Amino acid sequence: MALVVNGVEVATDEEGYLEDLSAWTPEIAEAMAKEEDVELTQEHWDIINFLREYYEEYQIAPAVRVLTKAVGKRLGKDKGNSKYLYSLFPYGPGKQACKYAGLPKPTGCV
Amino acid sequence: MATKKFMYVNRKAPYGTVYALESLEVVLIAAAFEQDVSLAFIDDGVYQIAKGQNTDGIGMKNFSATYNALGDYEINKLYVEKESLEERGLTEDDLMPIVWEDEDDDWAEKPSIRIVSRAEMADILADQDVHYSF
Repeated sequence: MALVVNGVEVATDEEGYLEDLSAWTPEIAEAMAKEEDVELTQEHWDIINFLREYYEEYQIAPAVRVLTKAVGKRLGKDKGNSKYLYSLFPYGPGKQACKYAGLPKPTGCV
Repeated sequence: MATKKFMYVNRKAPYGTVYALESLEVVLIAAAFEQDVSLAFIDDGVYQIAKGQNTDGIGMKNFSATYNALGDYEINKLYVEKESLEERGLTEDDLMPIVWEDEDDDWAEKPSIRIVSRAEMADILADQDVHYSF
């Protein structure tokens, strides 16, 4: 599967995850979101940027439970719950947000 | 569901075989089941958490940074056998300073690594309900 961003073809796997992590740009995230009829707001970007930083530091995409806790610590308790995260990423914060962030599917995610 | 004590025993060097990476992935997946999880590092397994790993030149992903994420998964009992370190000329200073954050103590960072003797390790292993050996 391939996604076309600014006229350039970007390789993705059968589930739409980026093949090459280092090829990620914010425009790719925008294009992936558009395909799923999601408009990315600052709240989405806070999560996407957090995921990218987490991957950079630990070389893994965090499990949803870990993401939820970390978001609560970093962005405030009102955001550290699955209701808030699902309101942003209805297909599941782990899967959908990681995809937009250009990360592999989270370990242990079914 | 009653909590069981799960022990993941790591005995092999991090690269060259896939055991170390597989163990780490199983540990992270199993963390979702909220059991009482411990890890043991014995023999060449102690190299898995050694500082300054560099995989340039062997074409494998350097996954050593991921051990620092274990605390986020509430895994904070990493037992390292003292004799295994000594036999390889290593000390605790050669290991990554892996920590966990205690939510009930204002997120204070606390060490996850516990150096234990071979005899203590035997007792710790005997005290578990389930063992996975890698």
